[in-house]
Amino acid sequence: MQTARARNEVIGLENVSLFYPSKTAEVHALDGISLAAADREFVALLGPSGCGKSTLLKLIAGLIPQSSGVIRINGKRISGPTPSIGIVFQSPLLMAWRTVLQNVLLQIEIRDLRVANYRGAAHELIRLVGLEGFEDALPHQLSGGMQQRVGLCRALIHDPDLLIMDEPFGALDAMTREHMNVELQRLWMAQSKTILFITHSISEAVFLADRVVVMTPRPGRIAEVLDIDLPRERTLDMMTTPPFGEYVRRIRVHFGTAGAMD
Amino acid sequence: MPDLSSLDTAKNRILSILLLCLVLVIWQASPVLFKIPAFILPSAFAVAEGLWRGLTNGLYLYHGAVTLFEVLAGFALGGSLGLALGVAVALNRRFAYFIYPYIIMFQSMPKVALAPLFVLWFGLGVTSKIVTAALVAFFPMMINTISGLNSADKDRIDLIRSLGGSERQVFTMLRLPSALPFIMAGLEIAMALSLIGTVVTEFLGADAGLGMLMQSMNFMMDVAGSFSVLIILAVVGLILNQTLIMIRNRVLFWERLGRVDPGAAADTPIAEPEAPQAGNALPASQK
Repeated sequence: MQTARARNEVIGLENVSLFYPSKTAEVHALDGISLAAADREFVALLGPSGCGKSTLLKLIAGLIPQSSGVIRINGKRISGPTPSIGIVFQSPLLMAWRTVLQNVLLQIEIRDLRVANYRGAAHELIRLVGLEGFEDALPHQLSGGMQQRVGLCRALIHDPDLLIMDEPFGALDAMTREHMNVELQRLWMAQSKTILFITHSISEAVFLADRVVVMTPRPGRIAEVLDIDLPRERTLDMMTTPPFGEYVRRIRVHFGTAGAMD
Repeated sequence: MPDLSSLDTAKNRILSILLLCLVLVIWQASPVLFKIPAFILPSAFAVAEGLWRGLTNGLYLYHGAVTLFEVLAGFALGGSLGLALGVAVALNRRFAYFIYPYIIMFQSMPKVALAPLFVLWFGLGVTSKIVTAALVAFFPMMINTISGLNSADKDRIDLIRSLGGSERQVFTMLRLPSALPFIMAGLEIAMALSLIGTVVTEFLGADAGLGMLMQSMNFMMDVAGSFSVLIILAVVGLILNQTLIMIRNRVLFWERLGRVDPGAAADTPIAEPEAPQAGNALPASQK
């Protein structure tokens, strides 16, 4: 991993901190966050609610500026939204008046690109996530899992180098969620993207990631970075094996014996 | 309105028609049964007769056309101004700050109370009616436009911004479509109020229109005639409302498949004086 990171860093955060004023006192949201992800690496950012994961996402998305530190994407410091990333949010956030295809093509329209040039890619992505035949459906005709897949296609339509996913399957039921995790791994192996996956589920993080970055709250800071040395392609059966359990146990230490994370 | 479609069977339809007949029979018999004089409650036949006379000699057609024109002109004027000002208020915080006190002041005032002044200022012709209708249509339209444009959720705004979208794109791709259910509901309220405003102003003083016709029939104790004009007014209101519902279903195509939308005002009965504004259970008009 170490060599990979040096070779081709897709995203790098150096000592990123964030303070923001609130009614009572200044809030220290993030404290000295440093992390990097190399090309084709799958990094999970794990932490309990309120540890600043989603705030970190907003910084990387260029929606709010950090108080100090540097964020680089593909070696360039960011100062606003960057086209070379794709973001999948907690909820699908589809536009109810757009069909599946139109939702997938949303950012092509926003960036004033030629929609015709991306229609083929959109159909290909829709097929890849198993929504073939639903191109002209409206969002409310789809289930929650299907909507989130549309959100995934929308984030991938411009073929970004980096995909950031913010608890994308948090709203789904446990079985759909496991299924989506398996599919995401398959998609990641096929698409060769770098993924930064934000989650509060320890087992989800261990299952998916090459590396788990554990965050603790108030202020949000990195407690441990753990390489997950499990073979690909990982299966759901692996989740009951001793090495998997060992990783989960080691991470849980950070959150007390009650394991109040998930 | 609750969903009653499951009750719409052939048997229930026949029962429904029988119920109507029963009501008409009781109505027809009531002058005799309850000894109600005809100048208080005319019999059903007398009303039907008055309706037939008014329709065949073209009287109702002429006055109906005048009223309809006033309603539609006032609705178009007030509605478009309400929409424009609503957009301005929602987009410009500074503008909103300075105009809000006036909006709140006018909101709490019964707008039809200005009708006598308008008759005084603009005379007995169509102008005073159009102005009143426009004024009452203006407010629900503006309030609903503001609420609608502000209803776009923050996460979707963030989504568009994270994709490099400008404020203009946030408006056209998100805030405007999000506002459409509210705007359509606003149109329905505005239409209902325009009809009320027009008729009330015609009562006060007019040289034509259904309201003026009813008023003059009242003076001549032609109560059956008054009732028949009421029926015409109900039909006009129904047609206007149904037309808007048809337009709404087409515009809000993404809400047609059995989903509840914020503008549940669609089923509000028309012509219930002053009720729609406060009582219409619109999240919008209650701020």
